[in-house]
Amino acid sequence: MTAVTEHEVSLVPATDHSPQIRSLDLADFPTLVGREEEWRFTPLARLRGLHTGEIGAQSPVVVTATSLGGATFIPNSPKDATRAGFTDRVATFAWTQIADVATLTIPKNTQVAETIQISIAGTNGVAFHQLDVNVEQFGEATVIINHSGSATFAGNLDINVADGGKLTIVSIQDWEIDAVHAGHHRVRLGRDATCKHIAVTLGGDVVRLLPSVDYDAPGGSAEFIGLYFAGAGQHAEHRLFVDHSQAHCRSNVVYKGALNGDGAHTVWIGDVLIRSNAIGTETYEINRNLVLSGGGRADSVPNLEIETGEIVGAGHASTTGRFDDEQLFYLESRGISADEARMLVLRGFFEDLLNQINVPEINDGVRTRIEERLAGLR
Amino acid sequence: MSVLEIKGLEVQVTTDDGPKDILRGVDLVVRAGETHALMGPNGSGKSTLAYAIAGHPKYHITGGTVTLDGQDVLAMSVDERARAGLFLAMQYPVEVPGVSVSNFLRTAITAIRGEAPNLRTWIKELKESMNALQIDQQFAERSVNEGFSGGERKRTEILQMELIKPSIAILDETDSGLDVDALRVVSEGINRVRATGETGVLLITHFTRILNYVKPDFVHVFFDGRIVRQGGPELADDIEANGYAQYTAV
Repeated sequence: MTAVTEHEVSLVPATDHSPQIRSLDLADFPTLVGREEEWRFTPLARLRGLHTGEIGAQSPVVVTATSLGGATFIPNSPKDATRAGFTDRVATFAWTQIADVATLTIPKNTQVAETIQISIAGTNGVAFHQLDVNVEQFGEATVIINHSGSATFAGNLDINVADGGKLTIVSIQDWEIDAVHAGHHRVRLGRDATCKHIAVTLGGDVVRLLPSVDYDAPGGSAEFIGLYFAGAGQHAEHRLFVDHSQAHCRSNVVYKGALNGDGAHTVWIGDVLIRSNAIGTETYEINRNLVLSGGGRADSVPNLEIETGEIVGAGHASTTGRFDDEQLFYLESRGISADEARMLVLRGFFEDLLNQINVPEINDGVRTRIEERLAGLR
Repeated sequence: MSVLEIKGLEVQVTTDDGPKDILRGVDLVVRAGETHALMGPNGSGKSTLAYAIAGHPKYHITGGTVTLDGQDVLAMSVDERARAGLFLAMQYPVEVPGVSVSNFLRTAITAIRGEAPNLRTWIKELKESMNALQIDQQFAERSVNEGFSGGERKRTEILQMELIKPSIAILDETDSGLDVDALRVVSEGINRVRATGETGVLLITHFTRILNYVKPDFVHVFFDGRIVRQGGPELADDIEANGYAQYTAV
């Protein structure tokens, strides 16, 4: 890719980016003005009051879970008071608004062969939701959460993978163009637990996701994969926080996005903190953006803080570029039309991600959806 | 039989210091079945000629004409030129991450031939061509040129030429950076295409080395944006013995 200066990466000097506030009480969070570090890229005016509490009429999302296999799904478990506090004001607001919690449980030693499907469909109003996915000891499952329809949606996802458990979870943001989605996706990993979290953000007016991971014991492994498109006027924001607080854990973050048209805005923040006791940590994060046309803006901020030198490895990378004219010329000089050449390069840009996602349902249905969006983007 | 006719071609590039003339009136006719060697020192404009004919957007045509079988090449888009029968083997083939060689070749062949090749015969055709150029079959599934050595890239360029079967092929310093073994393999590929008698080859080179393997019918000496001398293979021998200076003295 050709590097372009107007989209250049801003590298923030290492400062303590670990969240300052953790609470279930909204009163603990100051009113947002938009200049806060974690909100400075977000168009607050388009959040329809999720940040102020001045929201319109509520209309709950329709949530269905299918293909459960040996897992159990309870749409309305009671709220608990012992949950770890959220670090995000909107996430906390969502917690204060919900009456109950949806829980998906993969029992101990159970391998769910089916891909569990959870549909969250908007009904043109303001909606709040809390979904807990609990993988018990040595449980294994693959879960796809599909967000669709239109809504002003604040939905949190708390993922707990107990010792030796394995979870692949895909969150697809396939909203209508006018939807707003704010969500905190928190992963907690037990000893030797593995979680692959995949965010696929295709639609919506504003999508702001906060995937994070906390390690409860050594040996945990977290993978965050993200694939996002922003068309004209769309805002797609993904802020990751990887908190290495245990020894011998690993994390890998790969996010790629494409922007097309004026006002397309993507934000990727990759905060990785390796605390002083997290010896033997192995972490890598990368974000790549491809600006297809128009005056899009891609903000990409990798941020790695290392408090111990006794690690296996730590690295980050970030690039933002436009279509490479030389690549297009090369393909076109072989008789391939300009349109098709752009499509090849675009598909090639995402190919390694699509391979890494490697969920059969992704490769069938979702891959088709991605291809459709790609075809619209070229 | 196809014929490429270049008449009075003038080409500019845009530099930081404003437009710069690179080609200053090139006249050249290449017919299918013929092999022309275009030789010249660095910076004489040889590559510019190749890229201008292929339609690279960096080069602005300021005068002259290029036709292929009477059709105006300069009015065509890059892909149209390729579909009309022109092929450019590049000096520095670019990487296209995530696009496999097999996918790229199938897409190109489909575009050039106007229909998707029969899958079974296509796989066989590809395999045979790769074997002939001593390209490992695994390369078919690798991203185009990604991590390829210089020699692997050049072989892949010739592989494309063999599969595409152009009516006119321009080979831009295909010999540069090749060791002797690779040069022989690549030359054999070029000679296979020549032997069909249906492709005219314009071989652009700085050195005479490749001409020991690929015998040209015509040799042109290129300097300061134009052809300054034309002749037969003996001209190459003269350059080998005496260098370019005798043709390039101002």
